[in-house]
Amino acid sequence: MTVSLTQVAVAYGSRAVLQHIDLQARAGQVVGIVGPNGSGKSTLVKAIAGHVPSTGAITFHGESVRPTQLGYMPQESLTPMVLTVLEVVLLGRLAQLGLQVRDDDLQAVAQTLEHLGIADLAGQRMGELSGGQRQLAYLAQALVSQPKYLLLDEPTSALDISHQLEVLDLVRRLTKERGLITLVVLHDLNAAARYCDEVALMHQGRLLLCEPPAVALTVEHVSRVFDVEAEALTCSDGVGVLVASHRKVNSREWGNPNSI
Amino acid sequence: MLLDAATGPAFIPVRDVASAVLGHARDPSVDAIVWSIRLPVALMALMVGAALGLSGAIMQTILNNPLASSYTLGISAGAGFGAALVIVLGASLPVPESYAIAVNAMLFAGVACAGVYWIGGARTATAEGLVLAGIALLFLFQALCSFLQMIASPESLQQVVFWLFGSLQKSTWPKMWTLCAVLLCCIPLLMRDIWALTALKLGDARASALGVNVAALRVRSFVLISALTGVAVAFVGTIGFVGLVAPHLARMLVGEDQRGFLPTSALMGSVLLSLASVASKTVSPGAIIPIGIVTSLIGVPFFVWMVLRHRRAYR
Repeated sequence: MTVSLTQVAVAYGSRAVLQHIDLQARAGQVVGIVGPNGSGKSTLVKAIAGHVPSTGAITFHGESVRPTQLGYMPQESLTPMVLTVLEVVLLGRLAQLGLQVRDDDLQAVAQTLEHLGIADLAGQRMGELSGGQRQLAYLAQALVSQPKYLLLDEPTSALDISHQLEVLDLVRRLTKERGLITLVVLHDLNAAARYCDEVALMHQGRLLLCEPPAVALTVEHVSRVFDVEAEALTCSDGVGVLVASHRKVNSREWGNPNSI
Repeated sequence: MLLDAATGPAFIPVRDVASAVLGHARDPSVDAIVWSIRLPVALMALMVGAALGLSGAIMQTILNNPLASSYTLGISAGAGFGAALVIVLGASLPVPESYAIAVNAMLFAGVACAGVYWIGGARTATAEGLVLAGIALLFLFQALCSFLQMIASPESLQQVVFWLFGSLQKSTWPKMWTLCAVLLCCIPLLMRDIWALTALKLGDARASALGVNVAALRVRSFVLISALTGVAVAFVGTIGFVGLVAPHLARMLVGEDQRGFLPTSALMGSVLLSLASVASKTVSPGAIIPIGIVTSLIGVPFFVWMVLRHRRAYR
């Protein structure tokens, strides 16, 4: 099972937002999409999900994808949180829901909530949950139709470090267990390094490279793409981390996305 | 409904009303009063309440705004302007005179709905744009209506003002059946979109992610709102607050799952308008206070109480 993008491009009017995107992902793989704000990460995920018109070819194992095969979790948005967790997760099976909810739909919801460890939240309103619990509920919504492909747009935004780890641990485990293909937009480079099999580095609407974290997230690449002074440090327990500070000089010369 | 039919210039015991409704009236005059005057009014209150409650609920859902209703977003004001055009200037479509006001009111409710959608941005149709467009049209139609009242003759002015108050007293069986038919046509169409409407409660982006064509759903919903409000307002005049308050009561009772929310909003609308109808006939013995005044008098403090009590629900 693969997801394959060939020369994918997206334009809003005359403004090119994505250009010449070539990307491949295989079953059981978590691919992190990282890059500065405005680099086209969310647009890429939306294009793959079919929510923005694109040119080029996007194929799911060589064929077109059915909506139920695709679990898409957009960015957290500010909306009234009036639905219950059960209702929110049930909506993940929207295409097959009738006026009367069938037992198998309820069973699928119950199993998904159980699997994610939030079964006890089923009757609670989304507004009553913590940020982490809300993200888990939306993740359950994306997973409830048993998708083969998972597209997650900043699933850990606005979460504290503990909830970030909880969500990303779960995403990685499910991807491996179920043989999913997961594309996840992340801002935290260290989380990307830890949880992703490959990291797609985006800059100014182009995909610069898609390689394992050790190759993609080098000090040099990070410095150039994010226009910062990056540094690789090793903690006392031997774990490596990337830290960054503002550049001391204006470094627009690094801006050319083809320079890597 | 029985209590509504029992009240009027002369009170008829509820038991006698029930007997008449079941066809066992002992007094022919009671039978005549119930079937020709009281029952159409009582049933019309139920139907109009249901239509306004339902249209208010759909509007609050598609705009994700608890203050949205046909009344607050200019659709009732559009209908009022349509009615005033006929009364003051005699301008109407070529229809029988007795239906001219109703048809014009319905037409302008449709125009207001189309206007809200067009100004609000037919291409993107975001909730915020549509709400702002509705408020703009509310002021526009109110200003136009005031202008018509300014140039109206004293008799026309009185007629316009009375129409704008709203009244169930001119209800007839054909009007009731027309409204009933519109409701029956709208309900299956709503049922088809019931989960998509629930998905809208998560916001446009998440609803789209779930496969909902949000813009198309809004267009379909606006057509239904236009039909429901248009036909309800056309026959009884502008009645405020039912479309606003009924969905809030329904939300408190059954939550936001539209499968329960929409029917309960219709039911609450029916109950509210029936109670208002009873109140309009009993508050001042011998006189019938226009129902629009009663719904506003009851609705405003009730609404303020609800907003203050359930402030947390709107987070």
